[in-house]
Amino acid sequence: MRETNMKKILISLLFLLFGTSAYADCNIKSGSINILANDFPALRTFVETAKGCKGSADFKVTHSSEHNKIAVPALTANPSEFSARIAANSSIVPLMNQDLIRPLDDLVKKYGKGIQDSQLITIDGKIMAVAFMANTQHLYYREDVLKELGIAVPKTYEEVVAASEKIRASGKMQYPYAAAYKAGWNLAEEFVNMYIGHGGEFFKAGTAQPSINNAKGVATLNMLKKLAGLSNPDYLTHDSEAIKVEWESGNVALMTLWASRSGTLLDDDGDAKITAATKLTGPATVAGGNIPAATLWWDGFTLAKNRSDADAEATFRALAHAAANKKMVADAADQAVWLIEGFKPGPKSIGVIEAVKMKAKPYPMLPQMGLMHGALGSEIVEFLQGKETAEQALKDVEAAYMSKAKEQGFL
Amino acid sequence: MPNKTFFWFFLPTGLAMILFIGLPIISTGIQSFYAQHDQVVKEVKKCDPFGCTVSIVVDQEKTSKIREEKPLGKFNGFGTYFDRNHLAIEEIGKFWNETNSFGEFVDQVTNLPFYKALIFTLTYCLFVTPNVLLLGFIIALSLNAVTRRIRGPLIFGTILPMIVTPLVGSLVLFWMIDAEGIIGANLQMLMDDPYLSLKSSKTLTWITIIIYGIWHHSPFAFVVFYAALQTVPQEPVEAAIIDGASRWQRVRHIVLPHIYPVVTFVALISLMDNFRVFEPIIGFSAEGSAQSLSWLIYDNLVNEEVILFGSAAATSMMTIVGIAILLAPVLIRTWKEFRTAR
Repeated sequence: MRETNMKKILISLLFLLFGTSAYADCNIKSGSINILANDFPALRTFVETAKGCKGSADFKVTHSSEHNKIAVPALTANPSEFSARIAANSSIVPLMNQDLIRPLDDLVKKYGKGIQDSQLITIDGKIMAVAFMANTQHLYYREDVLKELGIAVPKTYEEVVAASEKIRASGKMQYPYAAAYKAGWNLAEEFVNMYIGHGGEFFKAGTAQPSINNAKGVATLNMLKKLAGLSNPDYLTHDSEAIKVEWESGNVALMTLWASRSGTLLDDDGDAKITAATKLTGPATVAGGNIPAATLWWDGFTLAKNRSDADAEATFRALAHAAANKKMVADAADQAVWLIEGFKPGPKSIGVIEAVKMKAKPYPMLPQMGLMHGALGSEIVEFLQGKETAEQALKDVEAAYMSKAKEQGFL
Repeated sequence: MPNKTFFWFFLPTGLAMILFIGLPIISTGIQSFYAQHDQVVKEVKKCDPFGCTVSIVVDQEKTSKIREEKPLGKFNGFGTYFDRNHLAIEEIGKFWNETNSFGEFVDQVTNLPFYKALIFTLTYCLFVTPNVLLLGFIIALSLNAVTRRIRGPLIFGTILPMIVTPLVGSLVLFWMIDAEGIIGANLQMLMDDPYLSLKSSKTLTWITIIIYGIWHHSPFAFVVFYAALQTVPQEPVEAAIIDGASRWQRVRHIVLPHIYPVVTFVALISLMDNFRVFEPIIGFSAEGSAQSLSWLIYDNLVNEEVILFGSAAATSMMTIVGIAILLAPVLIRTWKEFRTAR
């Protein structure tokens, strides 16, 4: 294992060396670049590629899984601590709400050569972000286990439940299903996926009034509870990392997990047998619906408003270089589903591509969605623990959301 | 010390306290009375790699104008304090009228986030504080009786829980009680229940956190008690031995009265600390089953993508009031004793 790690380090070093020399022609003469980003391999590759063209500009980057907690305060300061923030559907919203990011139209026109139109996030006709990768949660399955028990690859959550029950009955695994049900953001995300799969709407059309306390909401909760019953009893403490570990120790045969995690599941570390039997498939549908019970996510870069134009220009040029980089996309093809021209999807991209084909909906980019997500994360826990009815839990979610939305001026 | 000397002696500390504790509390207090301005939203077209939709965004032009006029936000009075996520005055009134039995009413009220958190916080205080005092005292007494030679290493071992960072301490225990951890797996075997999970059951999570709290805080009580035990005069103890007093009688009638002020001090500090219980909830990932007041503040500040300053400020102020109420009996008593002593 040490040897493979050494190899990896060597290869990345070589890549860096050659990468830098090959792309040092962006000709950025001045300015300072400081990027805030989440921490996973694809984003590191992306930022590293941007760094390759920094020229004589000052270049700094902060990769942190706590990026959401830093972003708003850091960008509110004037001048802002960061000149760019790598955001996603949900995390761009607070930046928009507080007016912390700048439109990119002029910069895209001037330096955006090679960026495809489909990468542009436009809001009210203005380009606010440039996306470079897509993500979603989809099913992973253990081919060997399913084959042995004669189970077809599940396409719906009802089939997932049936398959898990069969695996449990066979005595092979006690908790055959896993998903990130950790109370808080993760659990709420699972609700959002399942509710969208049921065709639910979170708000009354055109308003910030919640509308989840309905038959679809109840069905969503009941399905989540069924799945939770087939998971490790500690599911309320399990985030994506924890279920990844469960999977790698061979305790799980069916799992809903982020596409961006497939890289670490399928790498050389861990039990080779499990890795070889780990297969990816599209997200499942639920309750006879057509669209998958999953949300589509994009990751893209935004530029801080409270930062000088010169810094914004330098930052944009470096990041745009990465966002239209065919070489990066070819070299790191299995790290992410890139939205950049020249990307040839490999076996690790199946989940996202299937999701797009099945017309999965993007995560709702609404100003008040964060409050709803927060309320869901804490108020549906008691239902899963069996302490509350589904109707009561949904009523609690709506009430908790309304108080927060009133305080934030949405109602 | 003459009052004047005391004043100059205390001045730097006092100034720092006003600057770093007093003013922030006042600012938090002011913040808690304000809410965000009404959001002006408009419908726009949004396009991303997955297609275009018409949906709403915050209208920045209009919003920034309102914000400039009143940067603090909209005055809300006690609105945030009384809303559903805090004291929930309106909801409680409704529950009172709608529920048929008192039990049902209590169920409904404890389902509200603030009361849920308050009940956990108080339960934690109520169980941890006395046990910490008791355990700390017993350890101090026992260690005081051991031969001097091995006392040093023993003391070090005893205060270890306090040296370990709370988060690390709770994480270690968290992994041990995992369904596949050493304690969790053995408990499942003992109870013959493969679905037993310390982490998913609310009661068991509470018990775990409380035991962790006792483990973590006892060394503090022990250190203070041990120091106090060194000051117990030997003459009355020896006299008591000659009079035939048992060990328990000596502790009850000589040692305890002597170190009584220190007990009060430790009780005060413990109560204050325990009322702000926070780290174990994060360490044990127990957000689902146990929320404390401090955790509510944390939740409002970082767990949402939108930061709820008003909510967090209101909960902070109520935590301060809560601590004041808890400490009041002890403080009043100390004050009375101080007066009579003079």
